[in-house]
Amino acid sequence: MKISLEQVRKVATLARLALPEEELHTLTGQMDAILSYVDKLDELDVADIVPTAHAVPVENALRADEECPSIGLDKALANAPTAVNGCFRVPRVIE
Amino acid sequence: MLSKYETVIGLEVHVQLTTATKIFCGCSTRFGAPPNSQTCPVCLALPGALPVLNGKAVDFAILAGLATHCRIAPRSIFARKNYFYPDLPKGYQISQYELPICEHGHLDISLEGGATKRIGITRIHMEEDAGKSMHGETPETSASSFVDLNRAGTPLLEIVSEPDMRSPEEAIAYLKKLHQIVVYLGVCDGNLEQGSFRCDANVSVRPRGQEAFGTRAEIKNINSFRFIKQAIEYEVERQIELVENGEKVVQETRLFDPATGVTRSMRGKEDAHDYRYFPDPDLVPLVVDEAWIARMREQMPELPEARRARFVRDYGIPEYDAEVLTAERALADYYDACVKLHGGGKVCANWVMGEVIRGLNEQGIGIAECPVRPQMLAGMLQRIDDGTISGKIAKTVFDEMWRSGRDADTIIAEKGLKQVTDTGAIEAIIDEILAANPGQVEEYRAGKEKVFGFFVGQVMKASKGKANPAAVNDLLKKKLAGG
Repeated sequence: MKISLEQVRKVATLARLALPEEELHTLTGQMDAILSYVDKLDELDVADIVPTAHAVPVENALRADEECPSIGLDKALANAPTAVNGCFRVPRVIE
Repeated sequence: MLSKYETVIGLEVHVQLTTATKIFCGCSTRFGAPPNSQTCPVCLALPGALPVLNGKAVDFAILAGLATHCRIAPRSIFARKNYFYPDLPKGYQISQYELPICEHGHLDISLEGGATKRIGITRIHMEEDAGKSMHGETPETSASSFVDLNRAGTPLLEIVSEPDMRSPEEAIAYLKKLHQIVVYLGVCDGNLEQGSFRCDANVSVRPRGQEAFGTRAEIKNINSFRFIKQAIEYEVERQIELVENGEKVVQETRLFDPATGVTRSMRGKEDAHDYRYFPDPDLVPLVVDEAWIARMREQMPELPEARRARFVRDYGIPEYDAEVLTAERALADYYDACVKLHGGGKVCANWVMGEVIRGLNEQGIGIAECPVRPQMLAGMLQRIDDGTISGKIAKTVFDEMWRSGRDADTIIAEKGLKQVTDTGAIEAIIDEILAANPGQVEEYRAGKEKVFGFFVGQVMKASKGKANPAAVNDLLKKKLAGG
């Protein structure tokens, strides 16, 4: 096995996914299959290859430090389930 | 108890950059705007929005790296740091992980007694700030938190030191030095209250002589030099007590409470520490070539140490004066401008460290708001040099410049403060004074030379301070001797 049920459970918790036990088992099987497939790369000798962060050979996409208009409060809060005094309102996050 | 143990401190400092816009979008970074008014699809994390790196933020990172003797990475990449919190709209913070922009630097701090100590800088990386969460305080709002994303996406440098500090005093010396440098560079406004310069401290203790580090606790987000000292002192005591009682220090994040002076555990956050960093596919690698570094070197302002040395060497002022005058960049600029206009290094230092700093302290303002500008101070000093006013009258002129914002020449003309050097006029005053005080004249002539000061005082008073002191001295001596 490339990945254990416990690892899948942990990843699910970190991703805030509440998965039923049954689904955790299914996912463990699927992820194991994916990881086994990726293992095919081990057949190659990559000792001299630098880790690649990007497939496209582009560097330094930069912008000038110039202000652009913001979108405005109404649009910014348009998707908020509730907003109070211009702030997004969320369930309390500290005790 | 303390002597049995050695304290080990490493610091992580978050420096907010002074760019006009955020790190990955064009929203303003201005402080104090109405909540969420400085937001756009990128910093709100709306679907499909893509970040583009602010080139100025990179300039600033390079400047900070050069000033702290770091190696600037020819190639660095951005990574996603994954965690959930309402003020982090994307569910990840864009940061740098394996390949930060600067590494392997150091700062030399001065210790008590004049010794210096080198503190290693592990790395400096670029990242975005999160938004701000406020927590309801009334019965109706106590179940809610409120999120303002104006700060989300503000450019930060995280400057990570080696665990090289051995006391709270060393930690403070390092922080002050670092603060002074980033403010001199102009990459940070240095405002601790507004959170432009924030510190996390990693603190551990170990029995003296032991090589392995003890287990450390991380104290989060302390926003004043005084609190940092208190927080570290408390934490050291707490850990020593644990060790003495045979208990274990737990590796954890703790919060310092300035009201009680105590650090407390942020339980329940342990799980969140699995950040699962990976390269951000939305941002291409950052390549900094020699030409870019050279350009930044050219833009590098003179740093405090170099400036202090130049003031001593070129302006002939004592080391102590140079230290005071270079503590803040704005003050050093002010003094520098005065000397360039007037030429007298020591006399300018005396006035800046005396009248100017006193005035600023009295009114609780900074040098930027000083009503007496360098050209005004230099102009007044020239009037002392050319004999127009005496040093004593200069104080009056200075106060009036401070009050009115007008220059010395205007004030001297308007208030008739021009020094009297005309010997005839001074002689006339002296004659009057001598005639009015025959008793004292007798005393002086009988050998009681201390009375001389009395006559000087009387003459100056009669001339409203405008008589040239040297001329008064000369003429008085002659008159008293000659009779």
